[in-house]
Amino acid sequence: MIHPIPPGTRDVLPDEMRELRRLNRALVDVFEGRGYGEVATPAIEYDEVLARGDGRTADSAYRFFDERGDLLALRSDMTVPIARLVATRYANAEPPHRLCYIANAFRAVRPQRGQMREFVQAGVELIGAPAPEGTAEVVEVLAAALDAAGLDRAVIGLGDADLYRQLLTEFGVEGEARDSVLERLAMHDLVGLEAELSSLEGIDDKQCETCVALSQLRGGREVLDEARSLGGEVVERATARIDETLGTLEQRGVADRVQIDLGLLRNLGYYSGAILEVYDPALGHVLGGGGRYDNLLKRFGLDLPAAGFALYLERVHVAQMEEESREEGP
Amino acid sequence: MSVEVAGMGRAKAEGPLKLAVPRGALFGETLDALDLAGIDTSEVRGESRALIFPGPEISLVTMRPSDVPTYVEGGAADVGITGKDVLLEQSDRMVYELLDLGFGRCRMVLAGRKGDKRLGESERRLGMMRIATKYPRIAERHFEQTGRQVEVIEVKGSVELAPLTGLADGIVDLVATGRTLEENDLEVREEIVTCTARFVANRVAHKLRSREVDQLTAKLGEGVPR
Repeated sequence: MIHPIPPGTRDVLPDEMRELRRLNRALVDVFEGRGYGEVATPAIEYDEVLARGDGRTADSAYRFFDERGDLLALRSDMTVPIARLVATRYANAEPPHRLCYIANAFRAVRPQRGQMREFVQAGVELIGAPAPEGTAEVVEVLAAALDAAGLDRAVIGLGDADLYRQLLTEFGVEGEARDSVLERLAMHDLVGLEAELSSLEGIDDKQCETCVALSQLRGGREVLDEARSLGGEVVERATARIDETLGTLEQRGVADRVQIDLGLLRNLGYYSGAILEVYDPALGHVLGGGGRYDNLLKRFGLDLPAAGFALYLERVHVAQMEEESREEGP
Repeated sequence: MSVEVAGMGRAKAEGPLKLAVPRGALFGETLDALDLAGIDTSEVRGESRALIFPGPEISLVTMRPSDVPTYVEGGAADVGITGKDVLLEQSDRMVYELLDLGFGRCRMVLAGRKGDKRLGESERRLGMMRIATKYPRIAERHFEQTGRQVEVIEVKGSVELAPLTGLADGIVDLVATGRTLEENDLEVREEIVTCTARFVANRVAHKLRSREVDQLTAKLGEGVPR
């Protein structure tokens, strides 16, 4: 008899499990080897606690009531639960805190290849280490994790989460108008972006062009110069931040993994400063992401700078398979 | 001290860039635009029944316009061309929209039978209209944004049939010249949005093959009438 399971979920059978387990172990070895202790947190949390971290990811959360009528939610990532954990359990401990996890998370998305409603994330959180050193350490761990997974062609995009928020403020665009421009930028809808910007009062053609041109700058160090030539104090500050991060990455010898990307804009609300995204040429989907969230812990009552990343384990596995079959040839 | 930052060097772009070409209404103008951008389309224009036309720098993959976002989102095509109507209808597909190509201009409209008050009448007496369409999500969004409740009926074929047979009070459909509406005794009641052909890219290809994608965007952009 065939018994169905909910869309976006799946069983894992031994052949796949063996490979996933091997991948898990390789990743945890990298994390533990760099002093990141593995933690687990409950899959269900109080909705109020998760929403404190980020109201927007809560959009796609699974929610339900317990026997007392309290609203519970399935976690949609591990960053918020770990912020909660650190604020609660390590409030009086000396930072920095280095934690890692391999855990399932849940989002009510439309299931498709590489994106399920229940999925596994592998990642680290470095809490209490400010930019640029903290960021560079996280990128270094990420690079080592990608190597351990056999994805030596994978690239880490490095951008700045504050760039457009501040740029639009500099241009005098605020409130709902700013949010709607940011949304276009996050979706990379350039046609919509131009239309949106030119419909705004008080923003001139040159500012509109600056915004669009910035979002297309990606590549090596030269894009920082190109960005600076577009001008403005906000751009100057953002490129200085990226430049500084890049400097520490060079010292750590992982700068060659990084592609500077001024168009990067992750749509999670808690990011500030550096943001990361991971790509492998063998896969059309993003493998994972992360960045700094210096204001997140504050929302839980512990004011510490923080950074981290999460890889989608199943997608890493798909990329691993594609890379292997590529090496073997058709 | 200058250490090379070579994220892109690491992920060597392999093989030609795969471009999804829409067959159907946009086909001819898409090929013209590609010619202008210096891409050889003679093979595609030929009698061949093939679906894929390999080239040294760019391979053309031909498909239904509504499949373009699917292939591009999944990375099976790196870039593609399709109508804004398709992108709006599949707005949950995560593709980067890089350029308005300007051709294939048509309007998404709400239309009803000429002189027929049923659209308004249904709303007044039944509280809701029945709307037949091939674009259920665009239709739903339009009525939601204008604060009206409708029953959207999805049909696959000639949507003009629906109000003529009494299946629906009106239709939401794409109109180029308006001749089909005219021939079926229908008229435009509301304009929803103007649609043109768009150049789209896969997220990862946009990052890892940035030079090729940017060059192609620029070349296609030169051909767009201002």
